[in-house]
Amino acid sequence: MNALVGIVDLARFQFAMTTIFHFFFVPMSIGLGIVVAVMETLYVIKKDEIYKKMTQFWGKIFLLSFAVGVVTGLIQEFQFGMNWSEYSRYVGDIFGAPLAVEALVAFFAESTFIGLWSFTWDRFKPAVHVIFIWITAIASMISSLWILAANSFMQNPVGYAIDNEKGRAVLTNFGDLLLNKQLWIEFPHVVVGTLVTAGFIVAGMSAFKLLKLKQDDPEVPLFRKSINIALVVGLVGLGGAFITGDQHAFELQSMQPMKYAAMEGVDETINSSKRADKAQPWAAIAVTNPKTHKSIAKIEVPYALSILGNHSLTGGTTKGTIELNKEFEAKYGKTKGDIKDYYVPENTLFYSFRVMAMGAGLLALVAIVALWFNRKKSQLILTQRWFLWVMGVMTFFPFVVNTAGWLVTELGRYPWVVYGLMTIADAVSPNVSVASLLFSNIVYFLTFSTLGGVMIWLSRRVLHQGPYYEQEATQTDRDPYDDLAGKEAQV
Amino acid sequence: MSVLQLLWFVLIGVLWSGFLFLEGYDFGVGMQFLTLARDHHEREALYKTIGPTWDGNEVWLVTAGGATFAAFPYWYASLFSGFYLLLLGVLLALIYRGVSFEFREHMPTRQGSAIWERLIAIASFFAPFFLGIILTAMVSGTPMDAKGNVSAGFFDYFTLFTLVGGIAVALMSYVHGLNYTRIRIDGPMRQRAACQLKVLYPLLLAGEALFAVLLFFYTNFIQTKPVPVLLILVVIVATTVLGWFMTVKMEKEVLPFITSGLTLVEVAILLFVGLFPRVMVANNPLHSLTIESASSSPYTLQVMTIISLTVLPIVLGYQIWSFWVFRKRIIAKKVVE
Ligand code: HDD
Ligand code: HEM
Ligand code: HEM
Repeated sequence: MNALVGIVDLARFQFAMTTIFHFFFVPMSIGLGIVVAVMETLYVIKKDEIYKKMTQFWGKIFLLSFAVGVVTGLIQEFQFGMNWSEYSRYVGDIFGAPLAVEALVAFFAESTFIGLWSFTWDRFKPAVHVIFIWITAIASMISSLWILAANSFMQNPVGYAIDNEKGRAVLTNFGDLLLNKQLWIEFPHVVVGTLVTAGFIVAGMSAFKLLKLKQDDPEVPLFRKSINIALVVGLVGLGGAFITGDQHAFELQSMQPMKYAAMEGVDETINSSKRADKAQPWAAIAVTNPKTHKSIAKIEVPYALSILGNHSLTGGTTKGTIELNKEFEAKYGKTKGDIKDYYVPENTLFYSFRVMAMGAGLLALVAIVALWFNRKKSQLILTQRWFLWVMGVMTFFPFVVNTAGWLVTELGRYPWVVYGLMTIADAVSPNVSVASLLFSNIVYFLTFSTLGGVMIWLSRRVLHQGPYYEQEATQTDRDPYDDLAGKEAQV
Repeated sequence: MSVLQLLWFVLIGVLWSGFLFLEGYDFGVGMQFLTLARDHHEREALYKTIGPTWDGNEVWLVTAGGATFAAFPYWYASLFSGFYLLLLGVLLALIYRGVSFEFREHMPTRQGSAIWERLIAIASFFAPFFLGIILTAMVSGTPMDAKGNVSAGFFDYFTLFTLVGGIAVALMSYVHGLNYTRIRIDGPMRQRAACQLKVLYPLLLAGEALFAVLLFFYTNFIQTKPVPVLLILVVIVATTVLGWFMTVKMEKEVLPFITSGLTLVEVAILLFVGLFPRVMVANNPLHSLTIESASSSPYTLQVMTIISLTVLPIVLGYQIWSFWVFRKRIIAKKVVE
């Protein structure tokens, strides 16, 4: 049994590492795709060259993130078979379908049209060329719909039956899979998250650049315009994140109450009708003892949990983790495989959730101040250098927020891989050795460190070169596919 | 075995064929970064020929993986966990290849770009090499238990047969890539590609003959299905000879490219015909996974069939259109600095 625990831990570590790394670049490329598409659309409408330069410049960052997104996605596609073969056998009938459809309807379109977009600047009219980037951006959004349909099934299984003869779950209704309640709060939340991510990357990088430029540099207007476009997109995303995030938390109370209780630091059930103020207090800070699952320290804000979770000033009940654990033991059995209880990592969930929600608040504040400083008539954005530094640091913040969100979602469903159906320990490939897993973990770790490092370094270089930098090879010949010598082209 | 199960077995064969035909020449062109191109400009020209389309070609592999998961989950589970380290090798090759195309463009110096270009060439060899090993090992039998768990050691992966299989797929990709370069490039590289082909075609034929002989000893293909298997083997050799003849004697360009792509497709057909009605061959025949035992439920297959048959024609349409957009020849030119 001991050896198996080793496999499970290593496979989990690998899953967490590879998806988190993939999901650094996923929201970056979905979001940048949209931002760049907006910029190019402005170019088509206003016919102002500055927007073309802007599109091409941020397009370079977009292409970099897309490349890393693609190659890390490859790992994901094969990982279920490599590390989670029992899982693949048990739910492949259901889970494989959205993955295959994703490749078919989204990945083909994304990859083909991004190629057309990046290599045909001089061959198509702007009004046609812009279509390519929109198809790419929309296809990446559609890809996230399908993969999140798969993920939502794991969070909230629907549309299936158990085939006892073969010992697996089978799909009974594909429509249910797509209408999963979890999907339609998770998908909007992720999409608005991509807008936030790209908005603050563009704004933050522009801020770094403005710190370097003289105030009368001809590049300044381009970066100031970029900040405006990006932060409007970012603020729209933040508004969406608040609304859909609130929705998320609300639905969790019935779908995954243990996750909700841990997120809000509720160990003992809170029943507002038994309290003097008839309301549930909300824990701003809570520390839970991971052994006894009781909270050691707590700072509470009265009324707040009723407002947040119940959408009214008073009332409501939140079951605590201790009571829920007893309920689950009664429902699923006291022990299940390796599982001794049904607690989730309370402290991680609690603080990850706060990082995400408070992070959203902080970003909103920065965005509003930045838009104010960056008004047409104002020079504040250039003179308040400390604020440019703040914006610059915010470049990295959406990555933290996104990861925190996934930690809540994924760790909060412990010990299940498919909620209520299959445990993580049952899902792992039994035939893959500890040595293989250890080796692949190390190789992936080194690979990701390299890719991440090079990615940051090259992005800085692109930023340093600025939007008016021409690569030497393209200075003498405008278009590699142009008919210069009858039927031949030049490089 | 139901009609839909058969259809999905065929479809997965089609996806692998599409992948080998399309990404095959990408791999070949990638290897040429070291073996054909002589300077920065020539490598740039090579990149321009595949830059816009390689990712779309790679999605054929992603889709093959996804389709196997959806239609034959037991196959997906056994194959990918059983060939863990080899698959890791394929993934790493594809990862480094994919980012290198993008990274090389933004490097401050040409020496810097050259690092990534070297990586492209090496990765472009190892990806088809490892895939060739996986495909041949998959058909030659693995130590698999009744549950479908493969517990293979080093010598189950690396036999004479699988090594020849790996090298054959890599070499076929390289030849296919040379034929592609001849269509898409003008100037000295085009001539050099033709010279290389003159040497490589006989080598390829020798390799194919060796492969056919080993197929007899390492699989039961010829024993169980002598007529179709021998027929396909003959067709593979004939197609190669035809390509050779058209390259050397007739100096044609498009037709040899089609023949070298077809040989890769024919290899895929050979493997799938030989596999039928199994999907994974176990050393103990009782444990082999079959189309019937590995497949998804009828309902899932129905849903997948409807979606795929609607979407696939559209995908093919725009992918072919994008090849047509990027059809012109490219010439490597030194820029006066
Ligand atoms: C919310 C969005 C989202 C999520 C949760 C995931 N992905 Fe992803 N994936 C994308 C959104 C995305 C994308 C935006 O569509 C990418 C990123 C960059 C890109 O090129 O496409 C992508 C790329 C990408 C690719 C490469 C496609 C290509 O070659 O063009 C594969 C194979 C996967 N993903 C597979 C997965 C799997 C199996 C996941 C589950 C563990 C997963 N992704 C999580
Ligand atoms: C890309 C965004 C995602 C991120 C960042 C993410 C992150 C995580 C994290 C942090 C864990 C917990 C690892 C642990 O327990 O130590 C996990 C587990 C898991 N997730 Fe996700 N996840 C993502 C998307 C998905 C999707 C889309 C799926 C399914 C299609 C999925 C399936 C799983 C599985 C199978 C596990 C089980 C392994 C485990 O619990 O450790 N995840 N993920
Ligand atoms: C105050 C605002 C926010 C609230 C109340 C909120 C709420 C939530 C909740 C409750 C979950 C867990 C859902 C589940 O487990 O099923 C979640 C997940 C997540 N959040 Fe947020 N969120 C907010 C802002 C943000 C922002 C700004 C981002 C991105 C920049 C973000 C990114 C994510 C991601 C990527 C996930 C995981 C995927 C998912 O389950 O949707 N969140 N959020």
